[in-house]
Amino acid sequence: MKLPAISATLLLMGLMSGPLVRAQRGSQLRFSLASDPKTFNPLLVDDDASEAIRYLTGGVLVRLNRETQQLEPDLATSWRVSRAGNSITFTLRRNLRFSDGTPFTAQDVAYTIQRLMDPVLHSPTGDSFRSGPGNVTARIIGKNQITIVFPRPIVGLAKLFDQVGILSAHSPHKEMAVLGPYYVAEYKPGSYLLLERNPNYWKRDGAGNQLPYIESIRISIEENRDIEMLRLMRGEIDFINSLDPDLYDRLARQAPKMAYDAGVSLDSEQMWFNEVPAAPIPAYKKAWFTSTRFRRAVSESINRADLVRVVFRGHAQPAVSWISPANKFWFDAGLHPHPFDRKDALRLLAEDGFHLQNGVLRDRGGHAVEFSVITNGGNMERVHMAAMIQQDLAGIGIRLNVVTLDFPSLIDRITRSFNYEACLLGLVNDGLDPNAQMNVWLSSADNHQWDPDEKTPATAWEAQIDRLMRAQAATLDVKKRKQEVDEVQQIVWREEPFIYLVYKDALAGVSTRLRNVHPVALRPQVYWNIDQLWIAGGRAEGRGWN
Amino acid sequence: MGSVVGKPRRRLVRKLSGHVARILVVLLAGGFLGATLVRLAPGYGTNPEELDSRLSAASIQALRQARGANEGLASFYAHYLERLVRGGLGESQTLNEPVRQLLAERFPETLQSVGLGLALGWMAGLALAMAAVMSRTGIAGVAAGLLASILLCVPAAVLALLFVIVQAPGRLVIGLIVFPNIFHYARNLLARAAAMPHVLTARAKGLGNARVLLRHILPVAAPQLLALAGVSVSMAFAAAIPVEVLCDLPGIGQLAWKAAMGRDLPLLVNLTMIVTLITLVANTVADLVAQPRQAGEA
Amino acid sequence: MKWVRRGAMAFLVAVFAASMLANFIAPASYAYQFRELPDAAPSSQHWLGTDDLGRDRLSRLLYGTRVSLLLAPAAALVSCALAAAIGGAAGFAGGWLESAVMAATDLVLSLPWLFLLITVRAFLPLNVAPIASVAITFALLGCLGWAAAARVVCADARTLKNSEIALLARATGSGGLRLLWRHMVPNLKPVLYAQFWISIPVFILTEANLSILGLGVAEPLPSWGGLLRELEDLTSFSAQPWLFAPLILLVLTVSCFHVVVREEEMWG
Repeated sequence: MKLPAISATLLLMGLMSGPLVRAQRGSQLRFSLASDPKTFNPLLVDDDASEAIRYLTGGVLVRLNRETQQLEPDLATSWRVSRAGNSITFTLRRNLRFSDGTPFTAQDVAYTIQRLMDPVLHSPTGDSFRSGPGNVTARIIGKNQITIVFPRPIVGLAKLFDQVGILSAHSPHKEMAVLGPYYVAEYKPGSYLLLERNPNYWKRDGAGNQLPYIESIRISIEENRDIEMLRLMRGEIDFINSLDPDLYDRLARQAPKMAYDAGVSLDSEQMWFNEVPAAPIPAYKKAWFTSTRFRRAVSESINRADLVRVVFRGHAQPAVSWISPANKFWFDAGLHPHPFDRKDALRLLAEDGFHLQNGVLRDRGGHAVEFSVITNGGNMERVHMAAMIQQDLAGIGIRLNVVTLDFPSLIDRITRSFNYEACLLGLVNDGLDPNAQMNVWLSSADNHQWDPDEKTPATAWEAQIDRLMRAQAATLDVKKRKQEVDEVQQIVWREEPFIYLVYKDALAGVSTRLRNVHPVALRPQVYWNIDQLWIAGGRAEGRGWN
Repeated sequence: MGSVVGKPRRRLVRKLSGHVARILVVLLAGGFLGATLVRLAPGYGTNPEELDSRLSAASIQALRQARGANEGLASFYAHYLERLVRGGLGESQTLNEPVRQLLAERFPETLQSVGLGLALGWMAGLALAMAAVMSRTGIAGVAAGLLASILLCVPAAVLALLFVIVQAPGRLVIGLIVFPNIFHYARNLLARAAAMPHVLTARAKGLGNARVLLRHILPVAAPQLLALAGVSVSMAFAAAIPVEVLCDLPGIGQLAWKAAMGRDLPLLVNLTMIVTLITLVANTVADLVAQPRQAGEA
Repeated sequence: MKWVRRGAMAFLVAVFAASMLANFIAPASYAYQFRELPDAAPSSQHWLGTDDLGRDRLSRLLYGTRVSLLLAPAAALVSCALAAAIGGAAGFAGGWLESAVMAATDLVLSLPWLFLLITVRAFLPLNVAPIASVAITFALLGCLGWAAAARVVCADARTLKNSEIALLARATGSGGLRLLWRHMVPNLKPVLYAQFWISIPVFILTEANLSILGLGVAEPLPSWGGLLRELEDLTSFSAQPWLFAPLILLVLTVSCFHVVVREEEMWG
């Protein structure tokens, strides 16, 4: 073990070499995932579990630092986006090898891009690079330099490469040969995964020691959050990446050193009304749901502060729009959540011809205002939020019926049969760039949940959003983009196609043995700096730690 | 001489082949009905990833097709049977692994848990039922009844969680779920038998408890207890689903739950057929054991 | 044992009366959220504390008793009647009818009914009143829960058919139906009683589990099963012993029913 030279500038390195003094060989990190990864192909990743494996095993050209939200060099030592914004040139690190020993060259990058953009593969990551018709070409300039040319400019191009795990063009192990800190050594579906440290991982710490510090990672598949918590308390696992607020509170009471609230996350919880013209619901209800005043009135009758306090135990904040304050650059700080104001809600409703009669709200035609909200039954936070909204809306004479469904049935209703009235769901947000949500906001998109696949924009404000979203995608001027995205946020705040309820905090539980931990709001909250983590003391195989 | 021995044997073969044929027919019907239930339930062919905002329209379409949302039920089942004849069981849609391999890995676990659960449930259930019936004071009956009631009223999830907390093997929970069922049936059946005139006579003659129980009470209740034994197998398999999910035991119960939540048709059809087969075999065996006795008694 | 029976009777009457009079004696509405006091411990104001949303637990228990106490036995009765009819008819008829009915019973025991329930939910309107949803759920449980009992009943009926009493009855010339009524039904009682007692708690718990599928009780209506599910939270074991109240009440109620009915007397 090399000790750093005694010099003021190397003091930092001295700190960094600390783990090596105490880290033990054979150290194993343990945690659990709620489900099996659906794929090991980094290009096909589209679920949390696969995303976790990709983050731990995949090598990427550039890495988004989850703490600073800035790009950092990874497999590429530098990169340059052309002035037109349609091409990017990477200079690659030299003499690297995949986990199985296959050398890494520009050819692998070219192969990865070719696979990524293959229309038959239907890569979700690839879709975020698709800005228009035409082919993507990769030009290998030298052994260690490559230029990728897109048919049209792409906003936030470099950051998109944070999601592209590089494949080997030649390795017989295909996608199992990786460039990240770990590789998948064992997998028993439905039970566990074992990741071993990649012997060819390129990164070294300040003292020149190869990273990562932790030898192996054992990931168990565990659906039950209570049992996961029990395992953390027993020391059978080392951390829980995202804790439910009640479990977080319990941890904070019992072991305050293990509980981390990394602040507000990118994830929002929201409710929306079904505005699909062909939906099998009565016409008078469609008239309510398509009225901005009605949606605003419902929104103003919801006490968001109570949702935060009761359901999330204070570990959330009232939501404003589709971008969370965790997204430092793109959040429109000028917006404030809709106030809880029943009087104003009733005023808005009166403008639409609604009136209160013996405590029951009725529309112009005399129909009592009653509707149902569907949500997924497995999620207690959502069920609780729905129950609170139920009581809130009763305050203005609206009767809300809460219907919990299993997730496949819910998806069936919101994407196929459109047989629902309102839906309460959360959106998981991974990308910082608002361009990633293009398919939510374009009126012609499939994920335009309140009324997908509109042939032409149904309202003037949807047309306006279409225009602004297309405009921000067409310019590389970040200032101008910010203005346009802010305007979309304002329209969404005003029209409320989605009634935003809360932004959840990123809550984590971490064993005190795990060191160098700085949980952040962005995924993967606890292990974003996986190659820097280390475990204090040793642990005998298969034994708990108390 | 040969013909005398051969005749009953031939009859036995014919009887057995009749049972096997019946089991096969019901099994195929079970597979088909199971597939129908899964296929027609809403949510088949959906995929949570469809909600990913990055996906293009073409990719969403591809996702939907990949889950077989457009394949008809009849064609699925025809393909399935065709594969089955060739010895394949298909591939799980959610776990991306051949069903055969998944079952091979997980079936032994469930077989052990269910076996242990049944043994425990029957031993405790029958023993306490006998004690309840034979006890003269009635206190044993009340106490055992209370225990059974408590175990019936506690949610399986709570039992499982308790076992996880005290780090006891989760499989025992299956026994605790099966036990009150066995106990209630067995106690009632034995009590009725105990109230029969010939038992009362035997008791009046001063025969010992054990002899009365073995000679006079158990034989009378035997056919019903055997039927109960048959159905208790499917009770135990049903109990295995929540227990394996909650205690994280990698068996087919857990697999069934995952498959149901993911609408994994190939996996679900196979699991339905396995459970149907086990139920059929258990009940047929119970019937076969019970019937000759009855024929003899009649 | 007489006083035990009287005590049990008094307890049952008290539980029944309390649940029926919940409107008058419950300290609060079962739905009202005391949002300043979520997850509170018992106090003079909330005797059993409040739940995650600040709703009074005692009130929820009283109203939940009303829902479950009436509907679960009704569903259990349905399943007993089906088990008696199907199992009894098969065992009594014998032959190919018996084997066909028993094959169907085996299928009922092994099919994934979860998907039927999901489909039923899809056909129900979304704006169905919570109480109607519970009633439908219990009806479904009653209609699906008979199979195991039917097999035992069938074995029972088969034995009875060949028994001396039946031969005697047939010899004395009683008609088929009267014979069935006079001798079969009372003799099937032990099996049906077992089925009945097992079904009540099982149905109560299953109903709560089905709430995930949008069946059973919907917010804000409470049910025994829903209250029991709160025990699934780990903290409850040590920190919140009052969460056991619904469990204790359910066990006591079921046990008191046992004592009062005293099955032995019914067929003795």
